[in-house]
Amino acid sequence: MSAEINHEQARETAEAIARRSYGKLVAYLAARTRDVDAAEDALADAFAAALADWPQKGCPDNPEAWLLTVARRKFLDTMRGQRREVLSDDLETMAESLAAAAGESHFPDQRLGLMFACAHPAIEAGIRAPLMLQAVLGLDAARIASAFLISPATMGQRLVRAKQKIRQAGIPLRIPEREELHERLETVLDAIYAAFSEGWIDASGADIARRDLAEEAIYLGRLVTHLLPDEPEAIGLLALMLYAESRRRARRDGQGEYVPIMDQRVEAWDRRMIDEAEQLLLRACASKTPGRYQLEAAIQSAHVERCCTGLANWAQIVQLYDALLATAPSPVVVLNRALAVAELEGPQAGLDTLPSISDDVRLHEYQPWWAAWADLLARTGRSEEARQAYDVAIGLEKDESVRRFLDRRRSMLGS
Amino acid sequence: MQYLLALYSNENVFATMTPEQQQKGYAAYMAYTEALKTAGVHISSNRLRPSATATTLRTTDGKTQVLDGPFADSKEQLGGYYLIDVPDLDAALSWACRCPGVGHGVVEVRAIWDMTSGGK
Repeated sequence: MSAEINHEQARETAEAIARRSYGKLVAYLAARTRDVDAAEDALADAFAAALADWPQKGCPDNPEAWLLTVARRKFLDTMRGQRREVLSDDLETMAESLAAAAGESHFPDQRLGLMFACAHPAIEAGIRAPLMLQAVLGLDAARIASAFLISPATMGQRLVRAKQKIRQAGIPLRIPEREELHERLETVLDAIYAAFSEGWIDASGADIARRDLAEEAIYLGRLVTHLLPDEPEAIGLLALMLYAESRRRARRDGQGEYVPIMDQRVEAWDRRMIDEAEQLLLRACASKTPGRYQLEAAIQSAHVERCCTGLANWAQIVQLYDALLATAPSPVVVLNRALAVAELEGPQAGLDTLPSISDDVRLHEYQPWWAAWADLLARTGRSEEARQAYDVAIGLEKDESVRRFLDRRRSMLGS
Repeated sequence: MQYLLALYSNENVFATMTPEQQQKGYAAYMAYTEALKTAGVHISSNRLRPSATATTLRTTDGKTQVLDGPFADSKEQLGGYYLIDVPDLDAALSWACRCPGVGHGVVEVRAIWDMTSGGK
């Protein structure tokens, strides 16, 4: 009985450490050699050893240092065995400094350097978010693959290739110099937001792997703001993710049906998350250096004014979209701006500002454009055109409950 | 780590430049090379003769063929290279982006495979 309790306790401690320290340990082990793969292997061995050892002897006082000691031994063995681009005197220095670190209760947190390596411009853009989720948080390839709707084998291969590139091309695990920092931070934030968006798509939260991804992305966002506390865009991104996450429950009704933001009950929004997001946004804006993520967070803030006033601040939302268009123009921003204009000045004004499908062929396959087009046509009484637009929108939608929602809207059209 | 900066550009452009423009072009490369040497990162560098002087070997069906012209028939041709020694890719990139070649062509940055440490 007590052995079972010990085992359970050891497993829980190991899991807690894994979440808190995985990336820290990987970053520390791989900092000099840039061999993320070998660091991960060594760490996997160390966790396995912990699960065997801790239930018998009890959890060590400093589990992190314990893991580092075991992982270090394995890591150095691998390095000596393969002699991967590491000269023997380098190995000795590394062995000494790793040994010293394992004796310390605190070793340096180099996770940010690891994140900058994962989101390096030399790494293919599409694999940056998965790579970060794996190297910094220790998620396995299969779980990341299911969230990104890619086969586990393909995801595994792409992750291996990306790690190989870090090592072979010599991508440093370090925070870039001042003059480069902003540009490079952007790619880190973009990767975190990509991970968040993958988790956000599955609104019903039926798919645990994807729902968790949003939480993991928020964790990464917190990590960046913790390690780089003076970067307004990093704070803006964290605020943006919290605003979105605060509405997760409200996006489905009791029957699991899709509820658009306009129809959501504000009581179902998570006020604590909203409060935190508002605080963060204020802190970011104090620096007076607006950027894409701060603007997007500010738009969310104008939406949640509904909590106090009963109405979203549409005038401000339109203004903020104007600012966003000047900073980070995209057809998606033009589309969302048109929807805000429709709320402020009526559906015809919205239709007039909606980007034309002939301006950007990508819109042909972009479900939200068709849904917006259909909605605005319906509201201006152009039922026949609206019906056709709803058909396309339904055909492009992956989420079953959104499809049913669009179908209900379609059936409400007059003749 | 050692990196090769491979400089690709459209050879015809150089031929159509005025002597003054060509002189300016040389001067930019001389200055860049000097900067690399002063920083202690320069290992070697060379300019190549035009791709029309290239000869390419290839074995087809067990028979080695000697062909006139460069390997790849593209608009931009390999015209020169720098071999540098710097700590990591970021350092290599920061040197590469100062290279005059970026202004009139393409610079490819490639890590050298260090065979002395086992080649892994």
